[in-house]
Amino acid sequence: MGRFVFKLPDLGEGTAEAEIVAWHVKVGDTVAEDAPLVDMLTDKATVEMTSPVAGKLIEIAGAPGEMAAVGGPIAVFEVEGAGNAAGAAAPAAAKPAAPPPEPVEAPVAAAPPPPPPAAPVRAEAGPAPAAVARAEGAKPLASPAVRRRAEDLGIKLGHVAASGPAGRITHDDLDRFIAGGRTAPASSTLARRTAVEEVKVIGMRRAIARQMQESKRRIPHFAYVEEVDMTELEELRVHLNATKRADQPKLTMLPFLMRALVRVLPAYPQINARFDDEAGVVHRHAGVHIGVATQTSQGLVVPVVKHAESLDVWAAASEVARVAEIARSGKGSKEDLSGSTITITSLGPLGGIATTPVINHPEVAIIGPNKIVDRPVVRHGQIAVRKMMNLSSSFDHRVVDGYDAAEFIQRVKAMLEHPATLFMD
Amino acid sequence: MAETITTRLLILGGGPGGYVAAIRAGQLGVDSVLVEGDRLGGTCLIRGCIPSKALIHVASKFEGMAHAAAHGSKGGAKDGISLKSAPVLDMAQTVAWKETVVDKLNGGVTALLKRAKTRVVGGWGRFTDAKTCVVETKDGPVTIRCETVILAAGSVATALPHIPFGGDVISSTEALALGELPKRLVVIGAGYIGLELGSAFAKFGCEVTVVEAQDRILPLYDDALTKPVKAWLEKAGVTVHLSAKATGWEKGELVVEKAGETLRLPADKLLVTVGRRPNTEGWGLEEMGVDLAGGFVKVNDRMQTSMAGVYAIGDLVGEPMLEHKAAAQAHVAVEVIAGQNRRFDPASIAAVCFTEPEIVSAGLLPKEAEAAGHDPVSAVFPFQANGRALSMEAGDTGGFVRVVARKSDHRVVGLQAVGAHVSELSGEFAMSIEMGARLEDLAGTIHVHPTLSEAVHEAALRALGHAIHI
Repeated sequence: MGRFVFKLPDLGEGTAEAEIVAWHVKVGDTVAEDAPLVDMLTDKATVEMTSPVAGKLIEIAGAPGEMAAVGGPIAVFEVEGAGNAAGAAAPAAAKPAAPPPEPVEAPVAAAPPPPPPAAPVRAEAGPAPAAVARAEGAKPLASPAVRRRAEDLGIKLGHVAASGPAGRITHDDLDRFIAGGRTAPASSTLARRTAVEEVKVIGMRRAIARQMQESKRRIPHFAYVEEVDMTELEELRVHLNATKRADQPKLTMLPFLMRALVRVLPAYPQINARFDDEAGVVHRHAGVHIGVATQTSQGLVVPVVKHAESLDVWAAASEVARVAEIARSGKGSKEDLSGSTITITSLGPLGGIATTPVINHPEVAIIGPNKIVDRPVVRHGQIAVRKMMNLSSSFDHRVVDGYDAAEFIQRVKAMLEHPATLFMD
Repeated sequence: MAETITTRLLILGGGPGGYVAAIRAGQLGVDSVLVEGDRLGGTCLIRGCIPSKALIHVASKFEGMAHAAAHGSKGGAKDGISLKSAPVLDMAQTVAWKETVVDKLNGGVTALLKRAKTRVVGGWGRFTDAKTCVVETKDGPVTIRCETVILAAGSVATALPHIPFGGDVISSTEALALGELPKRLVVIGAGYIGLELGSAFAKFGCEVTVVEAQDRILPLYDDALTKPVKAWLEKAGVTVHLSAKATGWEKGELVVEKAGETLRLPADKLLVTVGRRPNTEGWGLEEMGVDLAGGFVKVNDRMQTSMAGVYAIGDLVGEPMLEHKAAAQAHVAVEVIAGQNRRFDPASIAAVCFTEPEIVSAGLLPKEAEAAGHDPVSAVFPFQANGRALSMEAGDTGGFVRVVARKSDHRVVGLQAVGAHVSELSGEFAMSIEMGARLEDLAGTIHVHPTLSEAVHEAALRALGHAIHI
C-alpha cells in the first residue's frame, strides 16, 4: 500500500488559491478514480475536482470555507502500489494544512478560525527530498555545463546550495547563489545566505499589489512637499488632550489635518474627486470621504471616514479610531473600506522627512504628513526652535494642475499654522 | 645557421593530447608550435586503438567466414550461410588496408592542424631548459623558444627485463604490422591489450596461449563482466594460464612457472603486453625542473607541473592511459593557458575493452561503490532478453547491462555492460554519470527500439523494481 498525495492543480490563469466549497467524500471513504471529490471556488467559478486515483481517502487539507493553494496538497489517498509519496514517514507535503474536522466535536462553524493554509511545499516524487545536504567533503554534483559556468565565474560549487534531485546543483542554483552575492567566505557571520523563499502573492497581498500597480500604471503622479510650522497647533492639541472629558478620545494631529482639508477642499473641487478614466469622467464630490491608510497584520488597508465635513475634531478622532480598528480586525464591510474621495497616509513617528505617496486609485490626491520635529527656523530675523512638519502630497496630473495643487497645499498649511482658523467660518 | 622559432606555446607530441591541444590553441588564438618526430596521431592512431580495431574487424569477418566454411557444401549452419571453401587470409594485404585507415586519419589530423594554423616541426625534440627545445629536423637543428609548454609525450610499452623486445618477442606495435600470421602466438599479460590482440589472432586461426601473473583476466573489471570473455576464450580454444609467471624465453619457447611446475610454451611470436609506462626519457625532461610522482609527471587539476609555464597531459601524467582522457586534459591545459578558469575534474572516465564480447565501464563497479561508502543498489538486464541482441546473434554470450546507483537518492554512480557492440553505449554511460543522473532519469528517457540501449533503460527500471521485459 502506498500513499498518493493529490495536489491542487492549476484551475485557470492567475489562480493561486481556491476556496474549498464542499467535500463529496469524507476521510475513510473509498473513492473510485474520477469520482467527484471536492468543489473548489476560484475568482471565476466553482470547479468540481474528481479523484485522480482509486483508493481510500485518508487525509483532507481543509474544511469548506478554507483556502487551498494551487500546487499544495488537498487530499491524501491510500492506494494500491507505491503511490507518489514515501510510505511510513510521510513527507511534510503530505500533512494537511489544518487537522480535518472531527465530526464528533463542535461543528465547523463554532471552531476557531483555521490557520491560513501552509505555504505549498515542493515535494519530489520518489525517495529523495527536494534539497539534499551534501556530506562534509563530498564532491558537489553538477552537470559539465554548470561546472564550466561556475569555473568561468570563479565560484566554488562546494559553496552552492543544491536544489536538484540527488543534490544536483542546477543552473538555477547557481543563479540564486550569484544573486545572493558572492564575496563573503563560508561559515562565520559573514557566511553567504543562499536560501530563497518563494512567497506566493495571494489574497490580501495580491489585492494590494493589484491596486498599487493600477495606481502607478494609470496615474501620472506629481509630488509636492511643503513645510508647515505646527508649533501652535501642537500647543492647542496638547491643551485639548490635557483638558478633555473622560469620554472624549485622545487627539492626534490627524483630526486637525482632516479639519483643514474639509475647510479648504470646497475651493478645489477637482482635488476631492474620483476619476473614472475609462469613462473619461471626474466625479467631484461635495462630501469629503477621507481614506485613512492603515497598517494591519495582513498589509495595507484603507478604511474610510465618511462625511468628514460633518465631524468635529473629537468625532473625527473617534471615527478614525473606529475604522482603523475595523480594518485591523479584518472585519471591515465593503461600506467601511470603499468610497473615499481623498486619502491621508501618515506614518506617525516613522513619518520621515518626505514621502511620495501613491494615489489610491480612482482618487486624484493623497496627503502624507511627515514627522513633526523641533527644527531651527528663522523667524523675525532670529533663529527659533519650532515644531516643524513636512506635508508630502501626490496628485493626478491628468485632472489636477500643479498650480492648483500648490495653492491648495498652501491654504492647508495656512490653516494648520493658524489653528484658530480651523474653527472659524 | 640553425633556425630559431619563438612561440607562445610549444606542444611536445602529436598524439591525441598534443594535436587536440594545438587545434584548441588555434581556436583560442594562442600561437603554437607542435613538435613530433613520428607521424601525427600518436600511439592511438598509428599503433594503438585504431589499427587494433581495424585488425579486430577483419578478424571477426574472417572468423564468420571460417565458421560458414566449416559447414562446407553440406549447409546446415544456424544462420543459413555456408561457404564451399575456407576463406584465405592475406595478412600483408590486411596490414596494408589497416595502413590506409591510419593514413586517412593521419591526413585528417594534418589537415586540421593546418586549418588551426599550427606550425608543425617534424623531428625529435630535446629540452635544454623549461623554455627551450631543440628539434633535430631533416634540415638540421631548430631551436624553439616559448612562453609555455605542454608536454604530451605519451607512453611506451613496458618490457620485461628478462624477456626484452627483439626478434620474435614483440610488443603491440609489431603485432599490428605482422607480414604473416604466426601459427602459435603466446601472449604475456591478460590485460585489455593482450586479450584484444590475442582474441583477434585466435579468430584468424592462430593457436593462442595467454599467460597472466595474476589469478584473473582483465583485473580492472569484476568477475561478472569478465565471465562472458572467459567463456568466449574457452570456446575459441585460447588457453589461459593464470597465476603463471613467465621466467624466460629460450629457443622459441616461453618458460612459465605455474603452481610449482615449469611449463614450456613453444611460440612463433611472443607478444608482451604487461602494461605501458610514461615516456619520460630521452627528450630532456630532466632539464626542465619538473617533479615526478610514481614515474609520471606530477600535475595539478589545471594540468600544471611544478615548473611555472610547463603543463603536461595524457599518458605522461598518469592512469588511465586513454586517448579520450588525454584529449580532455588538452582542452583544460590550453584553456588555462589562454587565461580561462578550468579544471580537469570529470565525474568518470569511461573505458572500453574490445575483447569478444566487448566490455564497457563508466563510474564505479558495485564493489567500488560499496567501498566508497555509497551503499549501492545494482541491477542487471541480460541481452538474452533484448530483441536487438537476439537479432544479431548476440543474445547468448552472457552479456548484460548493469547499473549501480546509490540507495539513498538513486544517483547513478556506475554503468557497465558486456556484450557485442556495447562499446557504443559508452556515450550514454558517461553522460548519465557526468550529468548526475538518477535511476529515474534513465528510466524516464525513452530508449529506441530495437537497440541495445533498451537494456540500459530496463536495468534502471529493474533497479527501481519494475523492469518490463524480465
